[in-house]
Amino acid sequence: MPQLLNLKNNSFRITFPGQPIAVRSALARMMEQLNGLDLSSHDRGVIELVLAEAMNNIVEHAYFGNPDGMVELQITPTDSGLICHLRDDGKPMPEGKAPKGDRALLDCEMEDLPEGGFGWFLIRDLAYELNYTRVSGKNLLSFRIAVGQQETREK
Amino acid sequence: MKLQTETRDNTLVVTAMMDRLDAAIAIQFKDEMGLACNGGPARVVLDLSNVDFLDSSGLGAVVAVMKLLTPDQQLELAGMTPNVEKVFRLTRMDSIMTIHKDLIAAFDDIAQAS
Repeated sequence: MPQLLNLKNNSFRITFPGQPIAVRSALARMMEQLNGLDLSSHDRGVIELVLAEAMNNIVEHAYFGNPDGMVELQITPTDSGLICHLRDDGKPMPEGKAPKGDRALLDCEMEDLPEGGFGWFLIRDLAYELNYTRVSGKNLLSFRIAVGQQETREK
Repeated sequence: MKLQTETRDNTLVVTAMMDRLDAAIAIQFKDEMGLACNGGPARVVLDLSNVDFLDSSGLGAVVAVMKLLTPDQQLELAGMTPNVEKVFRLTRMDSIMTIHKDLIAAFDDIAQAS
């Protein structure tokens, strides 16, 4: 069971193996930790979704074929929302950039409907100030999730 | 995997009993939905009222189920909780699916349409 650390600077950090079931338990631990922040159910839903998408991407892409890789998630609550940092030692993102996450086109025949590619769209739609860098063989992804807003704006 | 099935009024009702439809379960969900629907009625209603978290993998699995049904079968959704509804709405996937408020509405809507 991954340990969730309560850091001195008011941040929470959890490190877990890059596997779908570990993402699930790390997310559960982190959401439990965020109970103390008195967030609305809307905000909690957005936070859980964005974190799940970002962590699943690491498992499915950066650590594809490498289930032993470790993922570190750190969250710092601030007045403007949650600042989230994800680190992994997996493969870099394509062309060294975070995917654009265009909205999937649905104006097509049923058989051509996309079954994937929704994840980056959701991250880009819901998170702010997304930044991806590759440093010393590590992927560093950061973004802010706003809280206290009634409904997220449409981009 | 927890899927409960029941046939009523020529409709297969599949109730997802899990609280999360996420990357950890998406492939299994698709496979078991395929088995549950195979050879069944033309109308399939998936009741998602127990699911309080769905991610893009879960969404992709629902789309995959739509696509693997036979041409005369149609998948409809019922009972989406707010977080699940949000994912369908943001991706606009709600615009291409028949969605009912709950199972009662799923049967009322049909009664009114006919």
